Amino acid sequence: MTLRADTPPATARVRRFTPLQRWIHRTTAALMGVCVVTAACLYIPQLAELVGRRALVVTLHEWAGLALPVPVLAALASRVFRADLGRLNRFGPHDRTWLRAALHRDKRRSSRPAAKFNAGQKLYASWIAGATLVMLATGLMMWFTHLTPLLWRTSATFVHDWLALTIGIVLAGHIGMALADPESRRGMRTGKVTREWAKREHPLWRP
Amino acid sequence: MNQDVPKGVSDEHPEERGTPIGRRVFLGTLALGAVGVVAAPPLQRGLEGFLGGAADKDPTGLTGLLPNGGGFRYYSVASSVPRKNAGTYRLTVDGLVDRPATYTLDDLRALPQTRMVRDVQCVTGWRVPDTPFEGVRLSRLLDAARVRPTAKAIRFTCFDGTYTESLTLDQARRADVLVALRMQDKDIGHSHGGPVRLYVAPMYFYKSAKWLSGITVTDEVRPGYWEERGYDVDAWVGRSNGRDDDPTS
Repeated sequence: MTLRADTPPATARVRRFTPLQRWIHRTTAALMGVCVVTAACLYIPQLAELVGRRALVVTLHEWAGLALPVPVLAALASRVFRADLGRLNRFGPHDRTWLRAALHRDKRRSSRPAAKFNAGQKLYASWIAGATLVMLATGLMMWFTHLTPLLWRTSATFVHDWLALTIGIVLAGHIGMALADPESRRGMRTGKVTREWAKREHPLWRP
Repeated sequence: MNQDVPKGVSDEHPEERGTPIGRRVFLGTLALGAVGVVAAPPLQRGLEGFLGGAADKDPTGLTGLLPNGGGFRYYSVASSVPRKNAGTYRLTVDGLVDRPATYTLDDLRALPQTRMVRDVQCVTGWRVPDTPFEGVRLSRLLDAARVRPTAKAIRFTCFDGTYTESLTLDQARRADVLVALRMQDKDIGHSHGGPVRLYVAPMYFYKSAKWLSGITVTDEVRPGYWEERGYDVDAWVGRSNGRDDDPTS
């Protein structure tokens, strides 16, 4: 059939993420988005001037931040999600190869071996999880002013501000890399990727 | 079987999948955050010194966007603030006084001006050292209005339509409380609360209400905008809001 010749057969797409995982990503991304946008409105003078309403923006920021870890924590109940966390956690010799190539800007496929997640994705996931909890802890110290001793609050502000800037940059990298790879985005949107893409980007992954 | 896969690191066999570097990065980030909080005071001093120097030589103004890099931060509680100039600005003094008054910007400029150079200290932590403010002593306006003996406090209102502040009468009569017209030796711009703002030198900066438009003498302290949201009414720098900053005066 001509139709079959034009479109790849359904079997050519392999499952990468379950519906639950995609919803975790969506809700986490939305909450992170609210945190970033409200933070920008509190922080960048031109935006603060444009938006004003400081009490409202602060409340939005606080509650979005508090809710940010909830989807991931809830997903820990899922076996599939925990299995992927295990994959993100464990680094093999191939990840070392990948990282070395990334440091040397070596973009050849053969020097970037990866299983379901490449070493960069593994590092990003672990770091952003830790950074989110540091933001939550320092944020709570600023929110509930009588929770901690005096000096701690200024220190919490200091860490919160500089880490926010770092997260902003890293997050921009995360989004930039997604924008540069439509198939990877399709994987997060539909849960499936083409077999060719999987073979090319994640040669050690056997879905 | 892909021959690139080293034995024992197959992704699909959890028990033999290599080193748990992800967990180490996660815990390391948490630990670094904790160390950051503990080491913040010296780190912050060093960075502020460095960025303060860099900001002087930075034509792009980008350093102003870095945390604590550029001094002032813009805070407004209203959605938008109307702009006032010499033609439209009015400051009213009323309440428990014998001679209520309305001042134009030119009226205020014609009164004797006082210049003070103090640190600005925000309750959230940022500080702008050695900032000159210039304006009319609040005590002068109160004396001109003839405050009645029953008066105890002042309520300040602002033309942003939302913000309010308060001082006791004794605090308001201090020599370091100004109705400020100039800051950093320039007329106060709109974003800094111009053309006229309050300047309460010895207190956290939220007491220094921007866009000042009304001074009402009252018989008791009525907490201002942030004070209804948990901030201290008597906001002495170093002695309130759970903070111990160096006093600003």
